[in-house]
Amino acid sequence: MSKKRSQEEYQKTFSFRFFRWFNGEKDPYLGEVEMHPQEEYQLDPQAALRYEKEHDAILDKVYDLERNKTMQLFHKLYHATSILFCLFLIALLLVTISYLPATGTIDRPVNNEVAKRYIENGLEETGAVNIVAGMILDYRAFDTLGESHVLFVATVTVLILLRLNKTQKSDAEINDRRFEPKNDTILQLVATFLVPIIIIFGIYIILNGHLGPGGGFSGGAVIGAGLVLYLNAFGFAKTERFFTEKTYKWVCFFSLSFYCLAKSYSFYTGANQLHSVIPKGTPGAILSSGLILPLNIAVGLVVACTIYAFYAMFRKGGF
Amino acid sequence: MGPNLLANYGEAVSAILFCIGFTNLLLQNNLIKKIIGLNIMDSAIYLFLAEKGYIAGRLAPIVVDSVTSVDTYINPIPSGLVLTGIVVSVSVSALMLSLTIRLYTRYHTLNLDEISMQLKKEGR
Repeated sequence: MSKKRSQEEYQKTFSFRFFRWFNGEKDPYLGEVEMHPQEEYQLDPQAALRYEKEHDAILDKVYDLERNKTMQLFHKLYHATSILFCLFLIALLLVTISYLPATGTIDRPVNNEVAKRYIENGLEETGAVNIVAGMILDYRAFDTLGESHVLFVATVTVLILLRLNKTQKSDAEINDRRFEPKNDTILQLVATFLVPIIIIFGIYIILNGHLGPGGGFSGGAVIGAGLVLYLNAFGFAKTERFFTEKTYKWVCFFSLSFYCLAKSYSFYTGANQLHSVIPKGTPGAILSSGLILPLNIAVGLVVACTIYAFYAMFRKGGF
Repeated sequence: MGPNLLANYGEAVSAILFCIGFTNLLLQNNLIKKIIGLNIMDSAIYLFLAEKGYIAGRLAPIVVDSVTSVDTYINPIPSGLVLTGIVVSVSVSALMLSLTIRLYTRYHTLNLDEISMQLKKEGR
């Protein structure tokens, strides 16, 4: 049997008040606690001045390396600890290395079935005589695509960091003229002979990437070095005839998107057991090994442009 | 100590180079020298990887006379990994150098202690 309560009695019970407080309908302290408005905080001007002085003194003391004994002690300790840590690290690594299997032997965990597969089936599956080129541009082509994008993103970031606006640019050009030799006859004569040879050698390395040592990255670096030499000898006026920011943008865009599309096609057909229209060719011929030659050219273009762009941006803040 | 320290002298050299680069990072105050230390560490890693792929008495992995047996060539995988490492190292060096140039134009010094001192004096 439940007892019937009146409304007033119910309102006095603890649970009713608790629920009202819980639902936020009632402030339990209203009318019970006395409240005064707080005084606003006012900074004493003298105290503020003293505080500033002390702050400056602390800064001077802490960051004055010549007079601060604690900092000097800390620096000495830091040097000693870092040398000791380096020695400890050397000892640790040497002990670890002494337990590794001997260099040059065959029965090491590195020489596993992956390497065996690459060597035994690489020529047949990729058509490249150079097994490393077949590996990085066919089996692991997305890795190389990522590398090219790393280079591109690095160039873009350097461009963001070092780019100058119009007025700064003219200052930089004046500085450039002051510090760099202009129209150096010896350099120009040497460059006239060397630049074509260097660039042809770079092109040879790129085109020969699937047949011998070389490939897009090394050949692109050689071409970039040739361009930098040309720039040093003849100045920005000559190189800007054929290489500007626009050229860089379009070359990188076309190379990277060609790489991406071509390799996506190749992976799609390979994964779905479809017939690929790209011919493998006879191994050893210059036009062979499917996509590796065009991909090498794309990577080489990106790398050559990147090397030149790095140099131009570090020297003048733009190109 | 294990038995193979002398046989693994290339890897030992790479470990020592790595530690030299790391100590450079710890001890040098000059930002350019710090970047050089990081590059020394990179080179140590390349040496280590090249040593890993080497097998005594075998040829570079370029097929000669269409001989494709495992016993003829060294391991090609570490060579590919070194390539990746070189590319990333170039990009990171360029990025760090450009950041250093920005710091230099702002603070007119390459010394990290002086830069942090100026930062403290600016109240950051």
